[in-house]
Amino acid sequence: MREVELLIIGSGPAGLCAAISAASSGAKVLILERSFRPGGQLVKQTHMFFGSESQYASHRGVDIAGILLKKLEEYGDRIELMLNCTAVGFYEDNVVTVLKDETKYFKIKAKSIICATGAYEKSLAFPNNDLPGIYGAGAVQTLMNVYGVRPGDRVLMVGAGNIGVIVSYQLLQAGIEVVAVLDAAPRIGAYLVHASKLARMGVPILSSHSVKEAIGTDCLEAAVVCEVDEKFRPIPGTETRYDVDVMCISVGLSPLNELLAMRGVEMKYVGQLSGQVPLRTENCETSIPGIFVAGDASGIEEASSAMAEGYLAGLCAAAKLGYVPADFEERRQEYRKQLEGLRSGPVGDRIRAGMKLSQL
Amino acid sequence: MFEKTGIATREMVMSKFPPVERINKGPVAVVECYQKIPCNPCQTACPVGAICIGDDINNIPRRDEEKCGGCGVCVAKCPGLAIMIVDGSKSADTVQFRIPYEFLPLPEAGETVVGLDRAGQPVCKARVLKVMNPPSFDRTPVVTLEVDRKYLYEFRNFRREAE
Repeated sequence: MREVELLIIGSGPAGLCAAISAASSGAKVLILERSFRPGGQLVKQTHMFFGSESQYASHRGVDIAGILLKKLEEYGDRIELMLNCTAVGFYEDNVVTVLKDETKYFKIKAKSIICATGAYEKSLAFPNNDLPGIYGAGAVQTLMNVYGVRPGDRVLMVGAGNIGVIVSYQLLQAGIEVVAVLDAAPRIGAYLVHASKLARMGVPILSSHSVKEAIGTDCLEAAVVCEVDEKFRPIPGTETRYDVDVMCISVGLSPLNELLAMRGVEMKYVGQLSGQVPLRTENCETSIPGIFVAGDASGIEEASSAMAEGYLAGLCAAAKLGYVPADFEERRQEYRKQLEGLRSGPVGDRIRAGMKLSQL
Repeated sequence: MFEKTGIATREMVMSKFPPVERINKGPVAVVECYQKIPCNPCQTACPVGAICIGDDINNIPRRDEEKCGGCGVCVAKCPGLAIMIVDGSKSADTVQFRIPYEFLPLPEAGETVVGLDRAGQPVCKARVLKVMNPPSFDRTPVVTLEVDRKYLYEFRNFRREAE
């Protein structure tokens, strides 16, 4: 069995920043990534990010992955990145079981662990929602932006949060028609500047609308949508049919952190953070000392927060292992200040409430 | 309305424009940022300190119309593509707009395109004067267009005529 100092599970924005931060303090880090390439969801984000300079605002997500990987190289002797490796188990002696290349199992024992496993997409229940042509927004983004494949010709986007609106814009950029973006909520959840970008391309955004059913025999041929009332009940007589070959479901994310639950970390359902989350200290440490969490695995937020949280978790995990840099407190305060800033506005209300409920 | 459709009302739009006298003096930025979100690259990008967000990164940017010389560095930097430059100093009948445009194929100088409003509806003709796409704009090209002055508060986007 392999023994390591610090194991980071996931190489998205949180995992990469955690690795850079911990290695810069002197810790030896092993990163596990289930995909064949590092960067998590960053690699398919072709739009410019929000936030401030500290979180690489105004750079495109795909380029931020490159910036972080280059930083990682600076600590090449202290950071090892294993690709095609999925962590599938996490046991009480801090042993993590790993499936490599979908064929080989092996075990890793770590002194400290940062879980930066990200999130998974929620689904939506409606008749025929399993027809080919109905995708999660993440899948459409992967097809288009990673593999250069058109998912179809005419798209109905379900969900007007940031992901739904951004993916719609990227579909237009790929030359694909977006007939409408709908959302059951009475207000657009996305940053309104993103929504305005779509609106001025002539794509209608329909608040208080939902999918009634999908129509098709072998694959999606049409979608019937209807208005919903304030309790999200369909309003009869408001049905509209859209002939589309793609429906893209973007109704939110849930934290992906079953590994932490398996290890016995204290978990709690926090609606504001979109699901089950581990309780943690202000230093991102869970109820089990030496086990940390960062990014969407700790609650759904923006990538900018995931990066700041990654830096904080990496710094604190390394310190726990005895690598305390001279400027430890200064850096800790700086990352906390960044997080506070990103969460301080009205769009951060939910997150702040969720953070309070999940503090140890 | 805005929060349901993403389409700003005329009052909201006008509140972001400097007075016509200022527009007639020369280029100036119009920052159509209406929502408090954690974002400040416009402030960081401005070489003359004309855009201020302040200590709270969630503040709505304030543009100082006297300091702003309409250089347009902020246009390609805004992640929300919410900034454009307007210039009414060139002609009594038309206004020049510099707007971000992230679609291919790019238009060419001299081309006539369909001017669109904030709902994507055609409102006027527009003439493309210049297309800038240097590496520093990082794949957000900026297009300069000439538009009838009547559409100062309507024009916000364009589409190329079908081939």
